[in-house]
Parts: sequence; structure tokens; C-alpha cells
Amino acid sequence: MVDVLRYRTDEMVGDPGVTVDSFVDPVFGQTNASAVRLEPGDDARALLPYLDRLALVEVNFPAYGDGRGYSSARILREAGYTGELRAVGDVLIDQLSHMHRCGFDAFAPEHAITREAADKAIATWPEVYQRTVDGRQPIWALRHG
Amino acid sequence: MYKYDNYDQQMVDARVSEFRDQVARRIAGTLTEDQFKPLRLKNGLYLQLHAYMLRVAIPYGTLSGAQMRLLGDIADKYDRGYGHFTTRQNIQYNWIKLADTPDILADLAKVEMHAIQTSGNCIRNISSDQFAGAAADEIVDPRPYAELLRQWSSFHPEFDYLPRKFKIAVIASETDRAAMKLHDIGIRLRHDDAGAIVADFYVGGGMGRTPMIAPLIGDGIAIDHMVTYTEAALRVYNRHGRRDNKYKARIKILVHEIGADSYRSQVEAEFAHLQTLELEPPAAELARIQAMFVPPAFDTTAPDSVDRSDPDFAVWLDNNVHAHKQPGYALVTISLKPIGGIPGDASADQIRLMADLAQKHSFDELRVTHAQNIVLPHVKKADLYALWQMLEANGLGTPNLDLITDIIACPGLDYCSLANARSIPLAQKISQRFADQGRQQDLGELKLKISGCINACGHHHAGHIGVLGVDRKGVENYQLSLGGSEGADTSLGQITGPGFSEDGIVDAIEKATEVYLVKRENGERFVDTYRRVGMAPFKEAIYG
Amino acid sequence: MKILTGNDLKTGDVIWWTGYDWSRHVEDAVDVGSDADTILAREEATRRVNASYAIEAQKTADGVRPAHIKDRIRALGPTVRPDLTLKPTDPEIGNWVI
Repeated sequence: MVDVLRYRTDEMVGDPGVTVDSFVDPVFGQTNASAVRLEPGDDARALLPYLDRLALVEVNFPAYGDGRGYSSARILREAGYTGELRAVGDVLIDQLSHMHRCGFDAFAPEHAITREAADKAIATWPEVYQRTVDGRQPIWALRHG
Repeated sequence: MYKYDNYDQQMVDARVSEFRDQVARRIAGTLTEDQFKPLRLKNGLYLQLHAYMLRVAIPYGTLSGAQMRLLGDIADKYDRGYGHFTTRQNIQYNWIKLADTPDILADLAKVEMHAIQTSGNCIRNISSDQFAGAAADEIVDPRPYAELLRQWSSFHPEFDYLPRKFKIAVIASETDRAAMKLHDIGIRLRHDDAGAIVADFYVGGGMGRTPMIAPLIGDGIAIDHMVTYTEAALRVYNRHGRRDNKYKARIKILVHEIGADSYRSQVEAEFAHLQTLELEPPAAELARIQAMFVPPAFDTTAPDSVDRSDPDFAVWLDNNVHAHKQPGYALVTISLKPIGGIPGDASADQIRLMADLAQKHSFDELRVTHAQNIVLPHVKKADLYALWQMLEANGLGTPNLDLITDIIACPGLDYCSLANARSIPLAQKISQRFADQGRQQDLGELKLKISGCINACGHHHAGHIGVLGVDRKGVENYQLSLGGSEGADTSLGQITGPGFSEDGIVDAIEKATEVYLVKRENGERFVDTYRRVGMAPFKEAIYG
Repeated sequence: MKILTGNDLKTGDVIWWTGYDWSRHVEDAVDVGSDADTILAREEATRRVNASYAIEAQKTADGVRPAHIKDRIRALGPTVRPDLTLKPTDPEIGNWVI
């Protein structure tokens, strides 16, 4: 069992995420599921009609170099998703700050990362240059009040 | 020039700390090389043939005397006394030790420099027109817009693991001196019908193994949406660019495979969505940056004439000095292509000398060009002779800008682990063959570009004469192409036929120039004659 | 013969496996026969070498000559800067590469 580093306070969803295809299928769809697992090639926007009934979206990173999951995460947050957004798979410590900025608030790395190391990694950037979905004010906003 | 404020400084300082920690973890073994590689690449650190290589960013090719001087000092302190200026307006050091890199980055940070995102599958250093701020034909200085994009692209959390590297160029003149349409995104700023500045986005150009000229994707995007539109273009690429084959992963392949219209409509949909999220820096931020790019305090009484009585000086003047928008001033290009030398290399002493000359003669400003030369952008015409004498005395006075010996060459197999053949020895041989100044002048503008492998860092596709080094059963072999060009008349060169040995290709190039001299009509450049008469007469002369 | 090469992790120097250690000089390289994978795995794991690999080479009167030009350039240094090669005083050394 992979340890999950969570940066939210609600109860953790125990159910494993179902695939996007099986979730949205019009005939056999499991739209009553509350957890979905997005693969890199999945279209995050397919989930947008169902966001209010989702409590967990797992975004899988089979290889750390495939960055599609960063866009998936932002797209879900930009659409107002407030449930848990968990990066799973080949999730490395040096990626946590960017993942956090894209809206991930939980991490299930294949190789364990300590809480202390994760906290430090997420705090890498004193300020940020871009507005994303993490609520931080970009440097240009700070400059111009 | 742009000056960091506390925010910029603490971001760069944070990056140095982050990398210091990463290097320590690599040396301690908690990071594997596979895990460390993308992290070091995003800090410009490669492992090349002989050692680590560090590529330092020179944003939009502009730097101050103090910055240039530090580049010379780094060459002495951490390398072997020289640096290599690249076709991406950066500088590379060839003999770097991993354990030294955090200290080098810390030294750079002290003069507001860095190596951030100079490699890796992320948004690279933004390039621009080397004559920005001084060219007579620009509608506005493009560098503040490039700086806006530099900040936006620095540590962008969504676009750090793109399918492949991503290069952006920004220009603001009709004459394209930055090969804008051969970038992943080329932005041309122009006036719209109402006189407002808008941005044309050319997306999906590039060189490499599948050279493509970028189509116009965003036509006249309002300038206060430039960052948001760029973000939309990148998001579509990050989501849909191919990741199954690294040779098909550049955005040019995506745009080509789905078609410009389909790509454009996806970008427009994403752009419409992103506009609701207030991602765009306010106009005040652009104004803040622009205030740092105001023209220097020119002497409006400076004489506009130059004493040409020294004939050697006059040759240099005609080749390496361009018109400035300010009367009494000139744009000077320092050639880093001495006859028989290594294109783009400069010694630590030469780098420091150029820094001194910039402080003395060019309002403390220099530029690096994609042709691997250095520009002093604002030189008083009255100072030109003294400047030339200093350059001449230090091996920097070669009067060959845009002539056949002003060769672009990648480092090739002498340094680069990707290369298949050496580029530099070939450049040296060609340079020596055509060393005679009269012969070079007779041939006129002739852009000769050499790449040591298909990745095309030497821009051979865009050379009037292009050379590509290949590996034929363990022996270096060179393919010749003709008719490439960058700029307003961007075109891709065509291969002449079977490849050559190192000596053979020098002969073949000489034959091609002889065909041109015979066939040219009034005022035609080599590439004009090639376009008019076609490949056949060249082929006949070369292969007999 | 089959020889092993790579770069020193900290300095980046090109190095060659001597049978018990790593040397900057290709003439110290030894034939590893079929043991390449075992040695490289062990040496990478202890970080005595980085980006290592096995190559073909010939034993000649002058020493060990890697089969491919790329590795001969690695063994010597840049042919365009003889002063920076491992044999800076030998004017003919560039010919060894070709």
C-alpha cells in the first residue's frame, strides 16, 4: 500500500478510482462512483459534467516525464472541482511544487517521500510568476497591488 | 536594460538553492542519473563528450558590460579560459565540473543571470532581434514583450514536462533577423489598422530532422492577451503533442499532423476559456518593463560622418557596421569568425575586452546574435575608428559579417555527444579556402551553415549553403544543401545529391560558388541566383 | 576487445575501466570480455562512474584504439584544440582520431 501525502483535512476516499471510460459510458457507466482515475491520454474535460459528485480524482503519472497530468489537474480546478486531486505513480520530490501549483492536494508516490521533505519541496518558491489555481498572487499582481 | 527587482532576485536565488540541493542529492546517490538528468538540463547542464557543459541564458540576447565580464571570469575560474556563443543567443562552457555548478549559478545570480530552462523539455530562453532598440525598421522594442514572456515561462508549473523542448522568438520589424518562423512560436509585433500593437503568432516552425516553416496561427492577437494566448497554445501542445516518439514530439509535428486550422480552433477554444481566469499581467507591468528599455541618452550633436581614409577600416565599416536609428550612432557587429578560427568561441580575455568596450562605447550594452557574433548596439560614429583598432589588435576585427567565412557551426563531434561528424574543422577549412577578402566581397552575402547532426543546431536548413554531417559506417560524411534562408524570405535548403568527405565538400562548395559567379545577374546574391536557375547547373558542376 | 568507459560523476572527466579502477587514459583500458554489464552495474551503483557503456576497441602497437571516432575523440579531447587534449605536445595526435 502506497502512503498518501494529503494536503487537505477531509476524510480520505477509500474506493479505488474507476477508469474514465467506465465512468462516463452512457450505457454501462458507473457515474455513481465517487473516484475516477485519469490516465495521461484521458481528456479531463470528459469529467466536467460530473464534478459535483466526485470526491477523488487520481491522476496517474506512469512516467515522471509525461506532463499531461499537469494540464489535467489545472483543467479540473479551473472548472471548479474541489475534491481531492491526487497525483499517483512516478511522482518525484522535485515535481511536488509544480504539481501543487497545478491543483494537486494529495500525492501517492511509488517511492515513499517523507512528509517533511514534501513540505519543504512544496515551499520551494518564495513567490510565483504565473496565476494558476493555487490561489497565490503572481509577482506581477504584487508589484501592482 | 531590464533590472531585477527583489522578486526576480529571490526567484533566481531560490533556483540556485534548489539546484544546490539537487546536485548534493545526486552526488550522495539519492537521485539516480535518470531522475537527475531533467533537473540538471533545466539548469543548462549537459553531459557532453569530454565533461559537463553549462549553457547560460542570455535572455533575448541582451547583456550588460558587468554581465559580459562575469562570463569571461567564469571561463577562467571554472572552465578552460574560453566560452562558446551559440545560435540560441546563449553561451556555453565545455569543461564544467558538476560539483562547481551551484557556485557558478550563484556567481551568475549576483549579476542577474542564470541558466534556467536553457535545456530540457520546457520553454527555453526567449530569443529576439539582435538589433532591438536600435534598428531603424522596428515599430517598437520587442524585448519588453520578450521579458514579459520570460517571466511567465520561468518555472511555469504546467509546462515543465512538455513533449519536447519549446523555443519562442519575438520580433517587431518587417525584416526578420531572428529566424522567427523557424521557432516553435514566432511572435511578430505589428500595428493593426487602428495603429494599436498586436501580435501575430506563427506556430509550429523548426529545424531538426523535420524542418518546417511556421504557419500563421494567431492573427493580430491583442497585446493585452499575448501571455494568455501563449498559454493556450502551450496547453494544446502539452495535452496533444506526441509522446510516443521523441523525434515526432515537437509542436511542428502536431500542427502538421492535425493541420493548422484544427490546431488554431483548439487554441482559440482554450484561449476563450483562459481569458476568464485573469492570467494576463496588467498593462502597468508591461509599462514597468518598458521603462527600463528607454533609449540611452544619445548625444544629439554627434557628427554623422566617418573618416574612411584607412582602407582596412573602411572594409570593416562596410561589412560589420549597420545604420542606427539615431544619427551620429552605428550598430557594430564584432565577428567571432576569424579566418581559420572556431566559430562562436571567444577567450576569457576577449570576452572581458568586449565588456570594457561596451562600457566605454555602447552605453554598457551588448547583444549576442544567432549567427554567433556579438553586437555593440549604440556606438558613436566618432568612436568607430578607435573601437576598430582595439578589436583588430585583439583578434576581433574580422570584416566578414554575412560573407562566406561568417560561418555558423555547431560544436559538432569535437564536443557534442549527439553529433555524428565534426563541424568545426570543416568550418576552418572553408574559412581558409575563402580567406581572400576580395574573393569574399565578390561572392557577397552568402550564409554558410554547418550542423554536425540532424538536430540542426547549426541551422543548415536555413543556409544559402548548408552542410549536414552524417556518420557513414563510422566515417564522417557531409551532405550539401543549397537555397535555404531565414528571415523575410524563409526557405529550406535542398540536398544536392550524394555526400562528400571533408576535403570533398570544400571542393563542392567552391564549385557551387563558381556556378554562381558565372550565372549571376545584376545584384543577385548567391541564393537569388540559385532560386532563379535552380539546382541543375549546380549539380552538374559539383558532380560532373 | 571490449572496454568500458563513462564519465567521472563529479568532474565529468572521461574515464576508462582498468580492471580495478578508472583512468583518464584509454591506454589503461582492459578487455572485460563478457563481464561488462556486471562491472558497469556495480560501478554505477557506487557512483564511481556516470553514463557508462561498453565499446569495441583494438589493441594496437600504440595502445588501445576505440573502434568508433566518437570514442577516440572522447579519449583524446577536441581535435580543434590540441592544447586541451591529453597529448598537447604531440602535433600529429589529431591523425590518431581519424
